[in-house]
Amino acid sequence: MSNNVWAVLQLRDGQVSRAALETIAAAQKLAAAIGGQAEAVVLGSGVGAAATSAAGRDLAAVHVADHADLAGYTPGAFIGALAPALRAAQPAFVVFAHTYQTVEYAPRLAHEIGAGLLPQITGFTSDGSDIGALLFARPILGGKLQAKVKVRGEGTVIVSIQSGAFSSDSVATGSAAAPIQPLADLSQIKPEREILGIEEVGGDQIDLTKSEVIVAVGRGIGGADKLGPVEDLAKALGAEIGASRPVIDSGWLPRDRQIGSSGQTVAPKLYVALGISGAIQHLVGMKASTCVVAINKDPGAPIFAVANYGIVADVHEVLPALTAAVKAAKGV
Amino acid sequence: MKVAVCIKQVPNVEARLRVAKDGRWIDEEDLSFVTNESDRYALEEGLKIAEATDGEVVVVSLGPDRVKDALKKALAVGAARAMFLKDPAFAGGDAIATARALAAAIRRENFDLVLTGSQSDDVGYGSTGSLLAGHLGWPHAWLVIGLEIEEGGKTAQVKREMESGMNEIFRLNLPAVIEIQAGINHPRYASLKGIMGANKKPIEEVDAAALGLGADAVGLAGSRLEIVSVAFPESGTGAQILAGDAATAAQALVDKLRQEARVI
Repeated sequence: MSNNVWAVLQLRDGQVSRAALETIAAAQKLAAAIGGQAEAVVLGSGVGAAATSAAGRDLAAVHVADHADLAGYTPGAFIGALAPALRAAQPAFVVFAHTYQTVEYAPRLAHEIGAGLLPQITGFTSDGSDIGALLFARPILGGKLQAKVKVRGEGTVIVSIQSGAFSSDSVATGSAAAPIQPLADLSQIKPEREILGIEEVGGDQIDLTKSEVIVAVGRGIGGADKLGPVEDLAKALGAEIGASRPVIDSGWLPRDRQIGSSGQTVAPKLYVALGISGAIQHLVGMKASTCVVAINKDPGAPIFAVANYGIVADVHEVLPALTAAVKAAKGV
Repeated sequence: MKVAVCIKQVPNVEARLRVAKDGRWIDEEDLSFVTNESDRYALEEGLKIAEATDGEVVVVSLGPDRVKDALKKALAVGAARAMFLKDPAFAGGDAIATARALAAAIRRENFDLVLTGSQSDDVGYGSTGSLLAGHLGWPHAWLVIGLEIEEGGKTAQVKREMESGMNEIFRLNLPAVIEIQAGINHPRYASLKGIMGANKKPIEEVDAAALGLGADAVGLAGSRLEIVSVAFPESGTGAQILAGDAATAAQALVDKLRQEARVI
């Protein structure tokens, strides 16, 4: 096994995205910790420009799989492109951005090449130079706790990194362009699903991304029949109402109100989270808000870690008083 | 169709959690356990398919004794029987070790379809179903929010979530492993009759030896990951907590939003 670390870059519209840069940053940091070098892989069809862009970073090589069947994502095609190359190179780690695409195919790739699998890390520390000295952090129990995890046994480990955990600004630039190398064996690319289409969810409905103030509700609100006081607060603040996923799944609010990784990503001036615990899937959709207020009866709820102001109480005990105070302050 | 549904029993995440004395996991004493959320949707999807095709659902789970309660609940809502992978050697397994054991159990019968949840609410690897598909050599799909069985069970039309509010729709061949996302359906509740009837339905206990797996292939010994410690995230960077009764805290909050944050 080599000490090198491969970064598999998920492109966006054929370009090296922020997530791809974060993947390179993580691979560079991991490689430095175990005395190896970072390499990158670019998959797609007509991805020469992305490969050239990636080659400007401090990488030992940029591997390219350019194939018509890689134009769109299917697990069979992506695994078929990567597996032979990874079997041959045997890197210590293969780094992916933790996305809805990679969570689907990275485990299958791990199985295919007999690798270990470490999903959704938020960072790592090391007190030595070998792989066993690495301690990886990842969220567990809906982000309420953090686990420290170490790798056991021999062979490649596939790692995925939580969005934002490794800064795209920290990517090291190379002194000379990295060599671009086509992957030798593309014979195993076989899409095993027939893509029928893409559907936009509620594309022409509520656009929360333009809202300056959002009042968002979570499961802690208690039911669809308990939204009245929430609407009162939203009206007083001039806010739109959003929700976390469990509220949508329970049918308390329509899906176009969903904020989070499978809903809308918002960044309002003021975000008021009512009865939202703050699972990571929700946080990624609102953490760029300027000011976050959290009201939750559980003082250990992860939402308090990203909030600026918090009240630890049952939402319904606070709502009438809060609405009244807002109205008084605004003079309405 | 004969459908296997893999479920996991997890701590109730709404509960107040404590770190165990050895620091390696949470203290499970006095904790309540529930069936993992997305697995409940997978079970409902399996029951709907079994009903529509005059088939049956076999519910499969791996874990300690307490898991029997989760299996009984699944039998109460309509699963025909249960496979309980129960062996001290299974403890501490990562997704790779757990998928290996599940695959060995599922291979003992001829299933037409395997359903799982997309992600567990405890460790949250989100990988077990995909790894299981690798062992079985079947196609798979993750984060599925729409599933239609076609051509009498030869193919399925699948809708899966992607980022940014987009869904992808595609067709794949069966048998397959389909990993269900919460929200795909409305899980049913058990009737009194169902609960009574569950006691008569078989729960087959299976250990590693019965699956032809050595102790080094399962549990922590068969894993590439080991959880060394768990902890609550460091506080201090978080929210300014506004104390007092509802009126006091609400007024303090509004004052902060006006004068400090200047957002209202």
